[in-house]
Amino acid sequence: MMHIHQEAEERHVLTVTVDNEAGILAKIAGLFTARGYNIDSLTVADITDNHEVSRITIVTHGPPSQIDQIHAQLERLVPVHKVVDLTELGPHVARELALVKVAGVGDKRVEALRIAEVFRARPVDTTTESFIFEMTGAPDKIDSFVALMRDLGLVEVGRTGIVAMARGPEEA
Amino acid sequence: MAADGIEKERGVSEERSGANILVESLVRQGVEFVFGYPGGAVLPIYDALFGDERLRHILVRHEAGAGHAAEGYARSTGKPGVVLVTSGPGATNVITAIADAFLDSIPLVVITGQVPTALIGSDGFQEADTVGISRHCTKHNYLVKDPAELAAVIDEAFQIATTGRPGPVLIDIPKDVQIASAAWTDGPTQRRQRYAPRTQGTSQEIAQAVEMIAAAKAPVFYTGGGVINAGPRATQLLRELQAKTGAPVTSTLMGLGAFPADHADWLGMLGMHGTYEANLAMNQADLIVCVGARFDDRVTGRLDAFAPNSKKIHIDIDRSSINKIVRVELPIVGDCAVVLEQMLAEWGSRKGQDLTEWKARVDTWREKKSLSFPLNDDAIMPQLAIQRLFELSKDKDPIISTEVGQHQMWAAQHFPFFSPNKWLTSGGLGTMGYGLPAAIGAQCGNPDSLVIDIAGDASIQMNIQELGTATQYRLPVKVFILNNEWMGMVRQWQELTYESRFSNSYSDSLPDFVKLAEAYGWKGIRIENESELDAGIQAMIDHPGPVIVDCLVHKESNCFPMIPSGASHVDMILYGDNVAGTMDDEAKALV
Repeated sequence: MMHIHQEAEERHVLTVTVDNEAGILAKIAGLFTARGYNIDSLTVADITDNHEVSRITIVTHGPPSQIDQIHAQLERLVPVHKVVDLTELGPHVARELALVKVAGVGDKRVEALRIAEVFRARPVDTTTESFIFEMTGAPDKIDSFVALMRDLGLVEVGRTGIVAMARGPEEA
Repeated sequence: MAADGIEKERGVSEERSGANILVESLVRQGVEFVFGYPGGAVLPIYDALFGDERLRHILVRHEAGAGHAAEGYARSTGKPGVVLVTSGPGATNVITAIADAFLDSIPLVVITGQVPTALIGSDGFQEADTVGISRHCTKHNYLVKDPAELAAVIDEAFQIATTGRPGPVLIDIPKDVQIASAAWTDGPTQRRQRYAPRTQGTSQEIAQAVEMIAAAKAPVFYTGGGVINAGPRATQLLRELQAKTGAPVTSTLMGLGAFPADHADWLGMLGMHGTYEANLAMNQADLIVCVGARFDDRVTGRLDAFAPNSKKIHIDIDRSSINKIVRVELPIVGDCAVVLEQMLAEWGSRKGQDLTEWKARVDTWREKKSLSFPLNDDAIMPQLAIQRLFELSKDKDPIISTEVGQHQMWAAQHFPFFSPNKWLTSGGLGTMGYGLPAAIGAQCGNPDSLVIDIAGDASIQMNIQELGTATQYRLPVKVFILNNEWMGMVRQWQELTYESRFSNSYSDSLPDFVKLAEAYGWKGIRIENESELDAGIQAMIDHPGPVIVDCLVHKESNCFPMIPSGASHVDMILYGDNVAGTMDDEAKALV
């Protein structure tokens, strides 16, 4: 009998600065699938006035040697300017935005609103029988909020995936 | 900003078609040959080429042939190979060659036609998502939607293909972009300078490397295709550094020729079909200096038993090659030539350890004579055929290409090389059908050289149509087929791992290669007995035109030495060893 060998894995947050050109997202996403790496979340938007440079935040997990390979393989792509492994670098802020739709009436509706206040989630759409809450925060905080809403009429969740940045005054 | 940072006076601007801009850009890049095949989506480019004496277009018979010919040209000249094919099937046919060039780090610029921009995405006739399909087997690729960008894209493509770790770059040009016009100026293009690979090691790295080599009692140089890619100077510097340190040298398949095969410290090729002395030296070394190689699975064998007692230095221009398979103590990201020169300067006049004892151990491994093979009274041994081919052609310093399989390994083992750019083989991708078009490309770039494709009876049929290309351009390439009527390497693995269940590996219904040669206007020679071997080879060499030699060899010979899959360097199979007819599943799962 043959068994597939597996190694201990780590979760890492990478930021990738790229030329904002056609196909770059496919290149990066495809690199992950082609080489068997994992994408837990990926966010992308351009970050310069002239729309020429985008910043991609990727959350991945894998054995340490694979994380190092991901870093090196990303750097090998011509449109990639810079890759920063924030997890490797040290303390960083990671934030995510979620939209959470909750439907209900009576006590459940009141309870949902009360918990939303505790989590600083803001209603951005209101009907007599539903809310859409907007909240930003660390991913585990959003997880907790969504978990609580499950019993209070959770209908739909949309999450952005995280954007992240190293703490302190310097550019990473 | 001009390319060199100085604002040059730019030539008079004039409107030109995209196709014309492409041709002018290729000429400006110094391109001599374009290997290609026309079709609907590149007709404007072919029209621009019509009657242009500055570029020589080599019309192949299948687009894969164009790709491999460009590879052979690039590998034998050190210049980038250029390919021009149409959209859809033209592009998909060249993908294998692009993937081949990607794995073996061969600089190619591949131009593909595309359906007009308005039709992209509509499943138009001969439409394929060429940039999508080629994305992960090119170093970079482009879809150019504006002829005004074409000149800058082409210039950047050549820079990317030829610098850093070389590789294939594809430019997809829709037909309307070839026809539409844009301003053209003679001066350098205004492109971004965004690709700047690191070429130098830091002084600390160099100092540490030299210290490690000087302290080693059992060092070995493990060199690869990176030394060849870094140019003839890297080869020279490797020889100088080896002379200073005295360390024995082994090489991967791709690196053969970087170090002369008649040198006293040459160990031969390492890896799955490498020599006993090369693999044992790697296993027993206390320091491995890897120069431009990448610890490929064909080289390392079983990873947890690979070179267990050694420290390792890895010099490579591609950071992602370092610590990918094997962790090393000292990584140096840089160009082999530059780093070797830095190391030589740092070495100065110091003396390393006395290596007498180490070399004496190496000599005991050499005594195994692992490349020896039993002669046979009734059939030509394939190894002997290669040895005779070498002896009779060596005065001409030939360029050798191969297909993929047993004949390729026998050529690597028994045909010695003394200088770079003489050995063209598909190492990483292992593409059957590489050798004939590669030989054609090499002959274009080296018109006065003797170019021989050492082939097998199965591989040669994979791009056999290129016989016509050689005929058309009067290229005197030689094809030397070791004909054993089997897909020999498949047969060998089936014998060793599947209890001789020879599933679909017999070359049934082979053509008469002599008649086939003649049908294409080539000379055909058949060698059936050892007594005809030398005369047949000599007749091949002496013939001024292209020749196929159909050399009938011993049918069931296996290629030894061999490290079976899942085994370590010390578990080599040599001729005469008893070999079990099966393997466990773990070993079978390895390729």
